[in-house]
Amino acid sequence: MEITTRSLWTMIHGMGFGALYLMACSGALVELYRRYCPQSHSAFAARKETFLGVYLAVMAVLAWITVFTGAYVIYPWYRAVPPPGTASLAAFPQRLLLSSPQTSAWHSIGMEWKEHVAWLAPICITMAAAVAIQYGRDLRNHPQLRNAVLGFVWISLLSASTAGFFGAMLNKNAPVEGGPVIHLVHGESR
Amino acid sequence: MNAHTTFAPPTSAIRPNGAGAAAILAAGIGSFLIAVFAILADQSATIKSAMIFSRATGPLSGVTTSAILAWLAVWVFLHARWRNRNLAVARVSAFALVLLILGLLLTFPPIADLF
Repeated sequence: MEITTRSLWTMIHGMGFGALYLMACSGALVELYRRYCPQSHSAFAARKETFLGVYLAVMAVLAWITVFTGAYVIYPWYRAVPPPGTASLAAFPQRLLLSSPQTSAWHSIGMEWKEHVAWLAPICITMAAAVAIQYGRDLRNHPQLRNAVLGFVWISLLSASTAGFFGAMLNKNAPVEGGPVIHLVHGESR
Repeated sequence: MNAHTTFAPPTSAIRPNGAGAAAILAAGIGSFLIAVFAILADQSATIKSAMIFSRATGPLSGVTTSAILAWLAVWVFLHARWRNRNLAVARVSAFALVLLILGLLLTFPPIADLF
């Protein structure tokens, strides 16, 4: 059982940071609704208010790591240009997708959208974290700020989901492969 | 934009909403700028070339770095101006959400290609 370095980085980016961010988004939305919905009369302790700020700040760090690993580690491998005369495009995912009309839209729509829309997520969640940390318990007195934060977290989830969906589909149609091979487990030969 | 503002009294127990409004509007502007810079880089060869901050990543590096720097600059500027004020946050956040949704839509290639 083995995996290439590029494939491992793609997994860390998508299934590690990206998927964790999507799950954390659901948690943030539930927590925001639970705390501030009109039916909620329970007073949260200061420690729990701090928790929300820290939770959103960790999400922001996760979102930034996700987009930076995507743009500066994996994307250069994805868009690599094959040298003239290259017979197999397997190591050049962008060119592989564009080589067939059945797959070219995965790049021209999928990757072109993903590479930009993904950046909305860290911007939105950084704002949400900053507001939660700055206002703490006082956020209870600012329903309009809370509604705006909630709206931005929803859009953050939407943009991250879009990027995640296209990332998974792109990697299914033209996997980012190559680099040194890491041997995970030596199987038994029959 | 015309946001009705009042200075919060110094003894007010409730923190003024200006700092929050600054963060929200800056995030909307930053998201919108991602789409604007991406469209500009797509339409102009000169801008596309100027946006290559990292040769490996290509124009995406300049588009995103420029938008992030602009977002942070706008945030710092608005925060300095609004932090002690109470603003009409509903209007500010509605405007910011419109910018955010425009950013989301304008990054979609079939819409971006209309320009």
